[in-house]
Amino acid sequence: MKILDGKVPPGPIAEKWENYKSTIPLVAPNNKRRLDVIVIGTGLAGASAAASFGELGYNVKCFSFHDSPRRAHSIAAQGGINAAKNYQNDGDSVHRLFYDTIKGGDYRSREGNVHRLAEVSTNIIDQCVAQGVPFAREYGGLLENRSFGGVQVSRTFYARGQTGQQLLLGAYQALSRQIGLGTVDMYNRHEMMDIVMVDGKARGIIARNLLTGKLERHSAHCVVMATGGYGNVYYLSTNAMLCNVSAAWRAVRQGAYMANPCFTQIHPTCIPVSGDYQSKLTLMSESLRNDGRVWVPKRKEDAEAIRQGKKSPNDLKEEDRDYYLERRYPAFGNLVPRDVASRAAKVACDEGFGVNPTGLAVYLDFAAAIQRYGLSEANTQGNKNPDAETIRILGEAKVEELYGNLFEMYEKITGDNPYKTPMMIYPAIHYTMGGLWVDYNLETNIPGLFALGECNFSDHGANRLGASALMQGLADGYFVIPYTIGTFLSNDIRTSRFSADSEAFMAAEKAVDDRLKGLMNIKGNQSVETFHRKLGHIMWNYCGMARNAEGLEKARTLIRALREEFYKDVFIPGTDNDFNPELEKAYRVSDFLEMGEIMILDAYNRNESCGGHFREEYQSEEGEAQRNDDAYTYVAAWEWKDTSTEPVMHKEELKFENVELKTRSYK
Amino acid sequence: MKLTLHVWRQKAANDPGTFEKHNVEADEHMSFLEMLDVLNQTLIEQKKEPIAFEHDCREGICGACSMMINGRPHGPLNGTTACQLHMRHFKDGDQIWIEPFRAKAFKVVRDLVVDRSSFDRIIQAGGFISVNTGQAVDGNTIPIEKERSSSSMDAAACIGCGACVAACPNGSAMLFTAAKAAHLGILPQGEVEEDRRVLSMVTQMDKEGFGRCSNTYACEAECPKEISVTNIARLNRAYLKASLRSDL
Repeated sequence: MKILDGKVPPGPIAEKWENYKSTIPLVAPNNKRRLDVIVIGTGLAGASAAASFGELGYNVKCFSFHDSPRRAHSIAAQGGINAAKNYQNDGDSVHRLFYDTIKGGDYRSREGNVHRLAEVSTNIIDQCVAQGVPFAREYGGLLENRSFGGVQVSRTFYARGQTGQQLLLGAYQALSRQIGLGTVDMYNRHEMMDIVMVDGKARGIIARNLLTGKLERHSAHCVVMATGGYGNVYYLSTNAMLCNVSAAWRAVRQGAYMANPCFTQIHPTCIPVSGDYQSKLTLMSESLRNDGRVWVPKRKEDAEAIRQGKKSPNDLKEEDRDYYLERRYPAFGNLVPRDVASRAAKVACDEGFGVNPTGLAVYLDFAAAIQRYGLSEANTQGNKNPDAETIRILGEAKVEELYGNLFEMYEKITGDNPYKTPMMIYPAIHYTMGGLWVDYNLETNIPGLFALGECNFSDHGANRLGASALMQGLADGYFVIPYTIGTFLSNDIRTSRFSADSEAFMAAEKAVDDRLKGLMNIKGNQSVETFHRKLGHIMWNYCGMARNAEGLEKARTLIRALREEFYKDVFIPGTDNDFNPELEKAYRVSDFLEMGEIMILDAYNRNESCGGHFREEYQSEEGEAQRNDDAYTYVAAWEWKDTSTEPVMHKEELKFENVELKTRSYK
Repeated sequence: MKLTLHVWRQKAANDPGTFEKHNVEADEHMSFLEMLDVLNQTLIEQKKEPIAFEHDCREGICGACSMMINGRPHGPLNGTTACQLHMRHFKDGDQIWIEPFRAKAFKVVRDLVVDRSSFDRIIQAGGFISVNTGQAVDGNTIPIEKERSSSSMDAAACIGCGACVAACPNGSAMLFTAAKAAHLGILPQGEVEEDRRVLSMVTQMDKEGFGRCSNTYACEAECPKEISVTNIARLNRAYLKASLRSDL
C-alpha cells in the first residue's frame, strides 16, 4: 500500500489557489503551438476544456463517441448550477459554499479542491452569461436563483428545467468556434479504446472509428479525460444509455487508480420502474422538492388499498398522511440532501408503505404549493376573496411556469396528470462521486493523464449536493485545467511530437484489436443486454442503497461467475471492422463487469456509513448513517492489474484544517 | 398489444434499402424505443442483425433519436421525441412504418441512423458568441429584460435532432439555423456580432445542400420542442439587414 499525496499547496485555505495559480509554470504562446493535447469526451468538462485549450493556442484533438459534441449526458441535467454569488443577500459566501459541499459530502472530500471549486463558481456564471446562456431572470433583468437540497441559501442559477442543456450548448458553441478556427480537430463517432504509454507517461490513445470499425493511433503530449461516471454499472439508472466507464477503466488497466468507487449517488426523485423491458429511469429534478411534499399513508391498510387500486391518494385526509421528511428532519424538511431523502424513501417502502403496485414508490405532492401560489397570485391581482377554483387555476399556472416541462415529461411517461394526483417517485442511481484518483492538478497517478468532471473523484466526497455537478464540470474545464496543465506541459516544451507509428503505439493497437476479435469470437448464445441486466441486479441488490458485509461477499462471487459466463457465452452479431453498436455495448459491459467488482471491494472495505455509502451494520438507533472518522477519513484508491491479481488499495489521508468533523445533521 | 412493424433496413448510404416486416408484442407502458429494444433482443437471439437506431438520453433532450414513425418525424404526438413516445398512443393491430430522417444533407449511415454533422458545421460557421474563457464581466452587469431572456430561451430549447429538416418538403434547415440565430441575437451579448453570424450560418447552410424555405411551416408542426417559425421571419430580417452592409 502506498500513501498518496494530493499535492494541495500550502497556505491558508482561502489563498491556496490564488497563490498557487500565480506560481504554476507557464507555457509561452509560441510553445503552445507545438504542444498537442488530446481531450476525450465533450460533456461540460471536456467541451469547456477543449475550447479553453484551443483559445490558449494548444493543438487540440477532441474525441466523442456521439455523432456530435452536443449530445453528451451533461445535456440532461435539469435543475441548475450553484455559485457563491450571494446575489440574494441571504448570507452566501465562498466559504459557505465550501462548507456546505464538504458537509454535504460527509467529510470525505479534499478541502483544497473543494475550496477552489467554490472560488471559481462565480466565474462560471459570468462566463456562461457572456456566452449567451439564457439563465432565468427577475423582472429587473437580473439573474434569478432558487434553492436546492442540503443548503439554506438560494444560490442555484437555472435555465428553466434545462440548465444542463443550456450550459452544454454554451460550451459546445465555444468548442465549435475553436473547431471553426482550426485550433481543435474534432473526432465525432470515435471511441477511446486505450491509453498509450511512452516511458511511463500518457502520450496518446487508440481510438475506434465507430462508423468503420477501424482502429486509429493518435499521439499527443498529454491526455485529458472527461468521460463521465459509471452509474450504468447498475443497468437501470438515470444516466443516458451510452454512458460507460470504459475510458476510465482502460486508464485503470494502464495503472491509474480508481478512487472511492463505492461512493454512488442515489437520487430520491425518479419515476419508478414499470416493467421488465425498462431500459432506463427518468429523473424528476430535485428542484421539485422546493414545492413538492413527500409523503406515504400513515396506515399500512391505506397503503395496501392504494396499491390494489381501491383507494386514490386524494381520498386520504391530511391527518392520514405521513410527511416523513418533514417529520424526521424539521430543519430541512423536504430539502434534505439526496442520500438522506433516498434512504428515507427506502425505509418507508421497506416497512410496507409503498404506493404503487410494486410497493416501491412514494408520493411527491404539489397540492399545497398550488394552493399557496394560487392564493398569493389572486391577492396580487387584487382578488382578496378568491374561490377554490380560481385559486387552483392560478396556482397551477404558477407551478406550470416553474416546473412545466417536468410535469409534462412525467405525464408523457406515466400517463398520469401530476396537477391532479400526486407524482409517484422512487430513488434511482444518478451520479457517481467516485472516479479516477487525481491530485490538486487534476492529474492521475499516471504522469500526463488528467481527469475532469464526474470522471474524477475529487470534489463531492461521499455525496454530491444538487446543482454541483454542472459547477464542477465547468470549473474543471474552464478554470482549473487550463492552468494546472502547465505543471506537466512546461516540462515538455522541448519534446518534439510523438510518432504514432512507434512500437508502443503499434503494440497498443494490436492489443485492442486482439481484444475486439476475442469478443467477436466467443460466438455464444446470450445478448450483451442480458449480461448487463444481470450485472445491474447484482449491483443494485448488494451494492445499492444499503449494503452489508455478507451481501457484498456474495456479490463478489456472483459478479466473478457472471464475468466468466460472459466470456463463454456472449453473442455479438456483425463484425468488428464495421459499424457495430452491439460490439460497442459488449466491450463497455466487459469493463463494467470489472468495475462492479472494485465497487464491491471498496464498499466491503469501508466499515462505516457515509453519504451514499450506507452499510447496514453502521447506523444509529434512529437509522441515521454512522461514520467512523478515526479509521476511514481517507480516500481509497484502488490499483487493478488484471482479473487474476487481487486489487491493491492505496490511501490518501484526508486532512481537515478548516472544518470540524461533525455528525451530519439535517434535523 | 400486437403490432406489425415495417422497418427501413439499409446497410450503407449507397445501398438501396428496403422495408422489413416484423410482428411484435408490446406493452402500453413501454416507450417506442423500448419496443424496438425488445424487437432487437429477439433478432439477436435469432442471430440476426439488430435494427440500428440512434438514441441516448431517452428523456427527450439529447436530440440523438431520429426516426419517421408513420410518416412523421418522432411519430404522432406533437412536441414529443421518439424516445418520449409511449406505446399507449398506439392500439392493438396497428401497422407502424418506421424510416430514417430523409434529406439530401442527411446521408443514411445504417437503417435509421443518419449523418447530421452538417448541423455542427452550421454552428461552427458562426453559431456562437466570440468570448474566450476569462473575458467575461460580472453576470449582473448585463441586465436582460425577462421577456427577452425568455424568448431567447424558447429558441435555445432546440435539441438539434433534425426533425425540421425531415419534415420539410425542401429539406431545409431554416428552423434549426434560425433558432440558433434567434437564441443568440435576441440577447444583448449576442447582438454585437449578429450580422456576421447570420451571413456565415446561412452561407454554410446552403453549402451543406439543405433546401430553401418556402414557408410550409411543417418544421414548426413537427418540432419536438415546438420552436416557432417566427424565428425564421426574424432570421430573414436579420439576413436582409446584414446583406445590405457593404463592409461584411
